[in-house]
Amino acid sequence: MAHTSATTVSPGRSVWDGGVSPMGASYGKLMMWFFLLSDAFTFSALLITYGLVRSAHDAYTGTVEAFTFSPEYWPIPEKVFEAVPFLHGIELPLVFVGIMTFILIMSSVTMVLAVEAGHRMDKKAVEKWMLWTLLGGITFLACQAWEWTHFIVGTDTPTLVKDFVNGAWVTKEVTGATLSINQYGPSDFAGFFFFITGFHGFHVFSGVMFNFLIYYNTFTGVYERRGHYEMVEKVGLYWHFVDLVWVFVFTFFYLV
Amino acid sequence: MSHSQEPQVTVLPPDKEKIKKLWTVAGILGVLTALEFLIAFTMPHGSLKTAIFVGMTIVKAAYIVGEFMHLRYEAKVLLWSILIPMVFIVWMLVAFVYEGMKFSEINF
Repeated sequence: MAHTSATTVSPGRSVWDGGVSPMGASYGKLMMWFFLLSDAFTFSALLITYGLVRSAHDAYTGTVEAFTFSPEYWPIPEKVFEAVPFLHGIELPLVFVGIMTFILIMSSVTMVLAVEAGHRMDKKAVEKWMLWTLLGGITFLACQAWEWTHFIVGTDTPTLVKDFVNGAWVTKEVTGATLSINQYGPSDFAGFFFFITGFHGFHVFSGVMFNFLIYYNTFTGVYERRGHYEMVEKVGLYWHFVDLVWVFVFTFFYLV
Repeated sequence: MSHSQEPQVTVLPPDKEKIKKLWTVAGILGVLTALEFLIAFTMPHGSLKTAIFVGMTIVKAAYIVGEFMHLRYEAKVLLWSILIPMVFIVWMLVAFVYEGMKFSEINF
């Protein structure tokens, strides 16, 4: 560890009286941990609200094979997310989301390797692994852009949805999704898709920005002159958290 | 050309054992995700399937937080400062999903 804090406490004083780090971590690292804790609450609120609204709606009761989109019940996610780029018309449930999950896990691994290289003061290795991490993050964002586009544009066959227009209920054909109406299921389904994956995607975007900053500072030798690479660790914590959230989003939005 | 103002930096060799361990964790995460896929398409929908998914997700989360984020090796007081507040999330989950199931019984 780059930081070594005094662990000796003078007689009659406790470790919490100042002058030592009772938690054995620097101020910046501690604050990153507590920020992530608060961010975990925010994401939990989103996912739990999803759970509440989903359990308040009727569930689909028929067989998976006979499933069709309808605003009457909550859709089965594997029937909604089944498209893969360049393979139009082929039903590949959750394959693309699986690829995205894999990309994000890999970019978490390269981040932790950058942290390891930082501990060894290996500037070249930190640069290399930060570039791989950046590539992973940018690829994930590109995948998400495609997924959103597909979700918004919709499938080839429209769904009949009742909509309240100018004071009267009308039944109309709907393809794709907006925040108010969608072809996949109840209105809230698309709302949650946009909010949950969007909020996560924004975290990935910020993470890519931070990672670039770390790469830039490593490249220009800022951390080498400083004598330690603790900033890589702090931003690494944030990046792993983004991966962690995706693990939960993957389970609760796409699998369950 | 010498840079006299540049600090002397000793680059240590890679810690092979540590790196191997990180890749092992990555492998475990990958295998668990693949297993989740397998279960998603072989098991009928129901509460057992959901329970298995939740369990596997928690195992994956433990590996990410414990190994990648290094929390397992931090001071115990830091570990518990992060883990204990999680009970609020558990409570929120139980309370809200329970309320959600009651929603359909209420006639607004």
